[in-house]
Amino acid sequence: MDTTKSTSLTHPTTVIEPQHGWNRFGLKEMWGYRELLYFLVWRDLKVRYKQSFLGAAWIIIQPLVTMFVFTLFFNRLLGVGSGSDLPYPIVTYAALLPWTYFANSLSRCSTSLVANKNLIAKIYFPRLLIPVSGVLPGLVDFAISFVLLLVMMVVFRIPPTIEIIFLPFALLLALITALGVGLWLSALHVQYHDVQYIAPFLIQIWMYATPIIYPISAIPIKWRWLYSLNPMVGVVQYFRRVLLGDPTFGGLNWISVLITILIFATGLLFFYRMQRTFADVI
Amino acid sequence: MSSIALRVQNISKKYRIGTVRHDTLRDQIAHIASSSFQRTRNSKVPSSEIWALKDVSFDVHHGEIVGIIGRNGAGKSTLLKILSRITVPTSGRVEIFGKVGSLLEVGTGFHPELTGRENIYLNGAILGMSRDEINRKFNEMVAFSEIEKFLDTPVKRYSSGMYVRLAFAVAAHLEPEILLVDEVLAVGDLTFQKKCLGKMGEVSREGRTVIFVSHNMTSIEHLCNKTIVLNNGKISYFGKTSDSVQYYLQKITELSTRTNLKDREDRKGDGKLKFTKISVYDKQGNELKNVVSGQDIFVRIYYSASEEIINSEVHVSFVIKDRHYTLSNVNSIDSGFSELPIYKKGFFECRWEKFNLAAGLYYCSLYCSINGIVADWVDSAFTINVEDGDFYNSGKHIGKQGKVLISHSWASHKSSF
Repeated sequence: MDTTKSTSLTHPTTVIEPQHGWNRFGLKEMWGYRELLYFLVWRDLKVRYKQSFLGAAWIIIQPLVTMFVFTLFFNRLLGVGSGSDLPYPIVTYAALLPWTYFANSLSRCSTSLVANKNLIAKIYFPRLLIPVSGVLPGLVDFAISFVLLLVMMVVFRIPPTIEIIFLPFALLLALITALGVGLWLSALHVQYHDVQYIAPFLIQIWMYATPIIYPISAIPIKWRWLYSLNPMVGVVQYFRRVLLGDPTFGGLNWISVLITILIFATGLLFFYRMQRTFADVI
Repeated sequence: MSSIALRVQNISKKYRIGTVRHDTLRDQIAHIASSSFQRTRNSKVPSSEIWALKDVSFDVHHGEIVGIIGRNGAGKSTLLKILSRITVPTSGRVEIFGKVGSLLEVGTGFHPELTGRENIYLNGAILGMSRDEINRKFNEMVAFSEIEKFLDTPVKRYSSGMYVRLAFAVAAHLEPEILLVDEVLAVGDLTFQKKCLGKMGEVSREGRTVIFVSHNMTSIEHLCNKTIVLNNGKISYFGKTSDSVQYYLQKITELSTRTNLKDREDRKGDGKLKFTKISVYDKQGNELKNVVSGQDIFVRIYYSASEEIINSEVHVSFVIKDRHYTLSNVNSIDSGFSELPIYKKGFFECRWEKFNLAAGLYYCSLYCSINGIVADWVDSAFTINVEDGDFYNSGKHIGKQGKVLISHSWASHKSSF
């Protein structure tokens, strides 16, 4: 019955031609593959904690232990402050929340194409699904760690403010930053296997260049604009602002936001430019 | 005549060999800095370009089952990859009328940690099925795979047979209007292969369009109405399947007699070892042009290797086929000789007492893998021409009755019932 329908087709459903220059973005096509995206994310979540003793507990152990270690060494021993009237542990945790999401998503995303090379070599689907599927599972971890933050806010008696309604926007900013950098790295990884060494190193350095351990006030005001070229500066500060509602963290850092958009847009273009050779090179 | 399902017009695909597959940034960094967007491969080696496909054009109508045959490196897989949109052609145009499903491998995306049930959903989605569609066909797939009992076991605990059965069960339930199939039936046991072929036959009777790549002439002749013969990236023949197969086998015979084995380019493998020559000798060491049934022979497979290799698992084999069937896979693994050392230059010697194939022409492929990695594989590397002989030492020639000769004796006894 399907064939009778297709026999009457006069226009091809698909045309395959060499693609020069920038590929079409094919957003409509992406939508058609949304179930595959769902299954890729689902696979990642299913597989992640198989055969691990503590299982999903790892999701909160990571930021929680990091918070304790930072508090002990940097706050207590070295005397680093929180940059506001709020206690150091919760201010640090509010920064670790987006940072952990960003770091895990970026590292998953940057190796995602090579990790799925058998799919790319054997099946057609919009390649963009792969890096996108790298930044989505982290949202589940984020949600769980966020609940822990709410618990801590109760413990520290910090009531949330109305600004918390901007949390989805803050999260979107973190996602786009991770995806933007991830698009660059994942596409480069197909060609250059150096990326697998660069990515963890980059993430480590990046953390020190972001106000997580120390408050942004440690950076002299005249250098803040330069510091803000790190898009995660804006993301982390904005998270602190919307989560804890303290105006000392400032508003949206437009320099950082612009850089995020720039990285994302160029990452997307670079990815589309490179993707036609993925199957041949990978 | 039904309408066009697939129109392929002047498709060409260029690959650059010696691409920077595992290259590092160090060599490239300056290059990148100067032109980061343009360079996807190292363009400084223009010398080694190969055309995997050159000006390929053909039409396929709805309801047709078209086979594609050709030697290794003839462009079969590249063509299928272009049709399934995995890679883009360098030039040319393909128009496809209908929904395409491709099956270049069974079990693509299977995750060892996930259970059979979970993998059915994952693999189904990867092959382009919707969740509703998978739900609908789930029971049918499970029944087809015959692994009901292990549905909730991680597939890493499956035997390879179970794995393939499950994978194919999902694939067999794909219902696109146009199905592209690579040599996926080569895996799995024989009965299951038959079942899959049966399923594919069903597909064709339902009027769907199938393009099927295979080395297996039997399944090609069994399934396909028309067959394309690819040679060096070009269509050298496209016609009725029986004619195409005939043409192809004739070409192979010509090639294996005319081209030296070491100069053959239609080979696969990492090249750690390369077959250079094959010779057949009689017991006294005289090189033979033709073998006589019943003769004691030995086969010497000469090679050159990039290094000496010892204590590795060496799988060397020659597969003997006649026009339709694989008659035997003579290999070092099954017979327990897997620890053969490899020298920089040397030969494997295979003794074969009382040659037991009947008169005829046989095609042999050569294959060698070292620790499971294919080093060299040449399809139809040589032919053996067998002459009628006195196999049974009965003073008579046997003539053409069957392909395989069996040493045996007869007796007659009285019984009480």
